[in-house]
Amino acid sequence: MHPLLKVNNIKKMYGHRIGCTDVSFDLYPGEVMGIVGESGSGKSTLLNCLAGHLETDGGEVIFDTLDRGPVDTLKMSEPERRMLGRTDWAFVHQHARDGLRMSVSAGGNIGERLMAVGDRHYGNIRDRAIDWLDRVEIDESRVDDRPTAFSGGMQQRLQIARNLVTGPRLVFMDEPTGGLDVSVQARLLDLLRGLVREMGLSAIIVTHDLAVVRLLADRLMVMKSGHVVETGLTDQVLDDPQHAYTQLLVSSVLQV
Amino acid sequence: MSDYNFAYLDEQTKRMIRRAILKGLAIPGYQVPFASREMPMPYGWGTGGVQVSAATLTPEDTLKVIDQGADDTTNAVSIRKFFERTAGVATTEETEKASIIQTRHRIPEADLREDQILVYQVPIPEPLRFLEPRETETRKMHALEEYGLMHVKLYEDISQHGAIATSYAYPVKVEGRYVMDPSPIPKFDNPKMEMAAIQLFGAGREQRIYAVPPYTKVVSLDFEDYPFEATKAEHPCDLCAAEDSYLDEVILDDQGGRMFVCSDTDYCRTRREAGHVGRLGTETPLQTGPEAA
Amino acid sequence: MYVAVKGGERAIDNAHAWLAEERRGDTSIAEMSLAQIREQLKLAVNRVMAEGSLNDPDLAALAIKQSRGDLIEAIFLIRAYRTTLPRFGNSRPVETAEMACDRRISATFKDVPGGQVLGPTFDYTHRLLDFKLAAEGEVAEAPKAEPRREPTPHVTSFLRGEDIIQSEEASEATPKDITREPMSFPADRATRLQTLTRGDEGFVLGMAYSTQRGYARNHAFVGELRIGTVAVEMDIPELGFAIEIGEVELTECETVNQFKGSKTEPPQFTRGYGLVFGQSERKAISMALVDRALRWKELGEDNLGAAAQDEEFVLSHCDNIQATGFLEHIKLPHYVDFQSELELVRKLRREAEAARAAAAQAREAAE
Repeated sequence: MHPLLKVNNIKKMYGHRIGCTDVSFDLYPGEVMGIVGESGSGKSTLLNCLAGHLETDGGEVIFDTLDRGPVDTLKMSEPERRMLGRTDWAFVHQHARDGLRMSVSAGGNIGERLMAVGDRHYGNIRDRAIDWLDRVEIDESRVDDRPTAFSGGMQQRLQIARNLVTGPRLVFMDEPTGGLDVSVQARLLDLLRGLVREMGLSAIIVTHDLAVVRLLADRLMVMKSGHVVETGLTDQVLDDPQHAYTQLLVSSVLQV
Repeated sequence: MSDYNFAYLDEQTKRMIRRAILKGLAIPGYQVPFASREMPMPYGWGTGGVQVSAATLTPEDTLKVIDQGADDTTNAVSIRKFFERTAGVATTEETEKASIIQTRHRIPEADLREDQILVYQVPIPEPLRFLEPRETETRKMHALEEYGLMHVKLYEDISQHGAIATSYAYPVKVEGRYVMDPSPIPKFDNPKMEMAAIQLFGAGREQRIYAVPPYTKVVSLDFEDYPFEATKAEHPCDLCAAEDSYLDEVILDDQGGRMFVCSDTDYCRTRREAGHVGRLGTETPLQTGPEAA
Repeated sequence: MYVAVKGGERAIDNAHAWLAEERRGDTSIAEMSLAQIREQLKLAVNRVMAEGSLNDPDLAALAIKQSRGDLIEAIFLIRAYRTTLPRFGNSRPVETAEMACDRRISATFKDVPGGQVLGPTFDYTHRLLDFKLAAEGEVAEAPKAEPRREPTPHVTSFLRGEDIIQSEEASEATPKDITREPMSFPADRATRLQTLTRGDEGFVLGMAYSTQRGYARNHAFVGELRIGTVAVEMDIPELGFAIEIGEVELTECETVNQFKGSKTEPPQFTRGYGLVFGQSERKAISMALVDRALRWKELGEDNLGAAAQDEEFVLSHCDNIQATGFLEHIKLPHYVDFQSELELVRKLRREAEAARAAAAQAREAAE
């Protein structure tokens, strides 16, 4: 099996300060990779570099495209990258506001990607939007409401629906449960776990919350000061951390 | 006014505008930036159309100018006078006899011919402007053919109103590529844009020219299950009984009395001269009406 | 039978005749001469020349008279006239360091080589209505000093010597001409400065003021403000050298702004620049502040989301001729579009009404 994504030596500098450096890994289809670390560890920088939102100072992000096979997305032209961003890739932002159109109804938010790839049947678009609202546990009566009228948890679920509606092959998630109440977080995690299993999603999830990766991630990368300090299967890393920093990270969380 | 060059603009400027027009014709629906000049009428009052007309006119041309479909509206009169004075060309109110027609907000009812040019005055050339205010971004969206947002707007219309709630300046896709603003013509006129004449669009303040060559495919954006509809008031013209023309609604009194008359004054007159009589019309053809004091 | 009343040729002619009469006003009052306007309303003339982009005081005076004192209308007349003028060539860049200064002040130093010269300024006048002006009378002659013979160096050139202010690299490139090329974004600095110098004084002032109040604050000091005349020289190909073809009055302002330094630059002062035709110092200072705010990217500063940092926003909206034309065009007839809207709203209301009735019926049937 070919890797879906092959990351080689990604490097990003902020002046003389390291954003992230020497990051390499492979992601296979259907696999969920978790990236953990405290704030400032470079994990969000890395995610934004991988997704093409930030310019890198070196490295390759090779994605196995459907039509052309493996292509370095960092060298893609902007049209190609934008096309990828609305078809095979999806990006779930920490703040739902950054990933939603707040002045467009829930249905319009979900429908946008469908229309962007050429769907021109209002009835179909609306049916699929309602179907997705259902899958993210939002009542179908809310289809014409704007996200401004939604709670934080609902906004986040709507953002997920909007991203997954076109069946992306790779999903980037930046702290998807950050900023939500604990009870809301639990429900969202549950939902995400269901979707990941059901759709066989390939995803890269950045979080500082070890509970998130324990539930969702197959493999784990631990980052500190822009460097990857430990990688491995999620259970292995969390239950038997090797690096001192990982040990600190794990021990600082109450064992459940 | 003999001090001014033919049609006001100097020859260099006209050449520059003609280059923009040719580029526009070569890339139908694409907005070509051009160095719009300050004209002696205000921006927003047809400076783009006037510059395109000035660059297109030859001394042998016959010019017709309409605003809201009528030759006798104040701004149409003002622009026609401008060209009478600065270009000395023949002018006409008859669509049939004009070689160049400058228009604001309407397409004439009569079919235009291959030897005619229709020049539109355009206030905001960017069809995506009210979805995305930034020019750098909208140009990118056109370049990458990213028109999903346009359909989101139409989707929102239907979900809120049960219909696409755009009644004029209804966006079109030209020759399967560029989404274009047809200028604020009523959507009733959209289907006429697939025509034999050359259509040129000038936006002076926004410094853009675009064009639709003859017989180009112009499709109004819609959904398969909510197809585009060209609508008008459901009446015949009260003067000439036309069933197929776009109508102005005129309030007659404060008792709710109203009448519907052709917005295209030349079309209405031609029909009345041919003997058509509407509900409130009379047998004999009339003058175009008293002028306001 | 009824015929719709529409405006016509005669209506326009009559309106124009009335306008001409109103412009003249009471004919028992002496008519103003262009010379009077040029000499006694000089700052209005200056503004019309600056925003009209045409240095001709007599034409500006005529435009002010014709526009009944509406300066934006006067600017419009000048701009339209400007369109018809043939272009013979370009002058050489004017040397403002060699300006014969009527006024020259620096806020950053107590005294500077060349001296502080207040000149004919409203500053330090008490803004009290001077009723003596209501009566005609002669003005007492102002004291005179010997004019400086030697050039007055720019204040920023002293800072430059210390390397403590950012340098502006000289360029031989011909800048883009905004009256001959359409605006495109991102715009280079020459384009921005050209657009600002003929931008609306009120708009540029408002933008500059917003930076002072914290929307992209840039801590500006007036390093130098100078007003005076400079020679305009033009290369004559037939002669093979440049000759002086006249002189123009200019106001130039250079601000000195704080700058903390960036990735590549050590902390130093930076500059904003304003240059305007005539005595137009409010405009020149405003322009310098806005210029400085627009330079955030090249100086590696943060985009704070302030209006004055937004090049597209500032440059697309500062031209008062574009703005006033488009604003006022909404008084032109729009009844065709309105009719279309009318039909649509009626249709939507009918459908909503029908849907409500159907729902009510269904409810009744269910009960």
